[in-house]
Amino acid sequence: MERRELEARGFLVTPGFIDLHAHLREPGFEESETIASGSRAALRGGFTTICAMPNTEPAIDSPGLVAEVVARARAARGARVLPIATITRARAGRELADLIELAAAGAVAFSDDGSPVDDARLFRHALEYARTGDLLIIEHAQDMSLSRNGVMHEGAVSARLGLPGIPSAAEEVAVARDIAIAEMTGGRLHLTHISTRGAIASIRDAKRRGVRITCDVTPHHLSMTDDWVGGSRAFAWERGGSLAREDGPAPVRSIDRSPSSRSRPSLESPPAPLATPYDSATKVNPPLRSWSDVRALWDGLADGTVDGIATDHAPHASVKKEVEFDQAAFGISGLETALSLVLGGVSVGWCDRDTVIRALTSGPARVLGLPIRDDDWIAIDPDAEWTVTPEALVSLGKNTPLLGRRLRGRVVCAVVGGEVRYEGGLRGASPVGSR
Amino acid sequence: MRWTRRHVLDTDDWSTEEIQAVLDTTGAMVEVLSRPVRRAPPLRGRTVVLFFAESSTRTRVSFELAARTLSADVVNISASGSSVEKGESLYDTVRTLQALGGDVVVMRHGSSGAPYFVSERTDAAVINAGDGWHAHPTQGLLDAYTLRAALGDLAKKRIVIVGDIVHSRVARSDINALVPLGATITLSGPPTLMPSAWRCGQTPAGTTYEPDLDRALDGADGVIALRLQKERQEGGLLPSLREYTRVWGLTEARVSLMRPGAPVMHPGPMNEGVEIDADVAHGARSLVERQVTNGVAVRMALLYLLVGTPTLEAS
Repeated sequence: MERRELEARGFLVTPGFIDLHAHLREPGFEESETIASGSRAALRGGFTTICAMPNTEPAIDSPGLVAEVVARARAARGARVLPIATITRARAGRELADLIELAAAGAVAFSDDGSPVDDARLFRHALEYARTGDLLIIEHAQDMSLSRNGVMHEGAVSARLGLPGIPSAAEEVAVARDIAIAEMTGGRLHLTHISTRGAIASIRDAKRRGVRITCDVTPHHLSMTDDWVGGSRAFAWERGGSLAREDGPAPVRSIDRSPSSRSRPSLESPPAPLATPYDSATKVNPPLRSWSDVRALWDGLADGTVDGIATDHAPHASVKKEVEFDQAAFGISGLETALSLVLGGVSVGWCDRDTVIRALTSGPARVLGLPIRDDDWIAIDPDAEWTVTPEALVSLGKNTPLLGRRLRGRVVCAVVGGEVRYEGGLRGASPVGSR
Repeated sequence: MRWTRRHVLDTDDWSTEEIQAVLDTTGAMVEVLSRPVRRAPPLRGRTVVLFFAESSTRTRVSFELAARTLSADVVNISASGSSVEKGESLYDTVRTLQALGGDVVVMRHGSSGAPYFVSERTDAAVINAGDGWHAHPTQGLLDAYTLRAALGDLAKKRIVIVGDIVHSRVARSDINALVPLGATITLSGPPTLMPSAWRCGQTPAGTTYEPDLDRALDGADGVIALRLQKERQEGGLLPSLREYTRVWGLTEARVSLMRPGAPVMHPGPMNEGVEIDADVAHGARSLVERQVTNGVAVRMALLYLLVGTPTLEAS
């Protein structure tokens, strides 16, 4: 094999990121993403390993389909793709899939993501049965009766916009249920894309009691609030102009409409970039929550309640998003912007950089029970600025509310199994000769 | 003041001056409507497209009358019989609207925010004639005009809005039009029909929530009752229409808790005997028909401000 020497001095070199939660859409929705495009987008974002969610068409619920995903990923030569299989057959929530055979075929975990396993009894049996082989169950914790018809976080913004809400309680009720069932069964449970303050508190408490649960949060829930649906584009740490104010600064586009307050320029906050409200790129499930929730996620990250940062990369073809807000598909294309977003919170001191890097590397590895590979590594230029444009994104999913935004921090090199699979902007990164 | 807005999507960011400008212009339009020949030329040569993706007779006819009175050409794209019912996407419809080349698109749509989607993709001025639960700006403005005509200056006046607030674009637009004029608003109705944030103390500025309607009406300067959709009961939000009527229905006894002569309004269509008794709906305090008449004038005012040429002389 050709040996190359890379000059990465001045860059941050870390193990390759591991994403516990990505949607690659293949088979079935190749207009939104393919295994090849998604696994290459992953490298661009610094992820050398991604776990592919099974809510494809057909859903990944048989050993043959798992093997097919593995084979296509190998041919794509992007990031390593670890398939997740469904918990229930056809992801229909009625009977268990063949978990042990699926694991033998290469499934690293099981999830009906997109939906929770609504039937608590079936969920109990999944966790119990998965104890054979200590298989990992990943749950999208959401009470479907409480979230029904909801399209954004329920709060002051949804009230103003006249959009049906998904209350925080929809997640918190489900997390409480899942913790109780995990505790009862002793199964290995991972709660993905946790988004609310109350859910973080429940998980923190359960971990202290010794319940075997882990959880992840997404970069978008760490950086954006429900104000984004109303047209704000201020990151959580930018709100109000003063950094990290604990009392939650005033919303960017407040409903304070008394005559005295009208057209009074705010003296303390810089004008936040305003976008047209009801941008379907801000529609995601779980929804972008309040400022207080965002702070709680960072606190959870800092104190170890949160085990990993996972993208919930959810690419969609434009036809799924170029529609009325309430008709649009849920999801944000997130693999390529994740690093920049989390570095934003680091830059204001909401968490230290090492903790964030661990949440992208050793944290998820531990959730999966996998070692950190020293032949998978990346180089980061934390100060490089780049503009998010459809052309700049490798993913077929251009659905991100960050389009047009200048971000800081980018991956300049990604190495998988000792092979350089992505190079971009690594100064002096050309091969210095084979030896 | 100089009018600068290109669209009327929501009044939530309008200044007091802008609202007043519309109301003052509405006054001039009321005068046009009182002429023997109700016709003025400022929209001659302009095309107004009425795009109603959700059925509505009253609002559509009101806009049509407003546009024709100002001499505009009117094109209708309504839900029944149009491609909207055949599942044509909003995106396709907008491209068609754009190709037709109307000057103004007046749109009614079941999805909150749909007018923003259209305004971003067309060169026409877009007037929101009601979108989902979000906004119905012309209703808010006509209610403000009607109340101002009845009560004079709205500063320190207290108006009650009662009913299904959470699903009501009318309630939101009434708040946005009345609060900047100095009015305070008491919202009333069942807690299940209030946005949860507003029920829990985060009401919009200038508004409060009082579930007890008698207390809300006590000493008020006016009341706006909202239409109660019968499916709210099936959705588990209400035990029964009978109980709703008993607790939140406007009766003669209730409205007399307000100041003497305080007006009663309703955006229509009314469920008489549910949210409002027939004798209140048609009684001495009722401004319901005045609202309909003023609705035409407000819509004329907006069309004129958006695309009119500055002459109101009779043709």
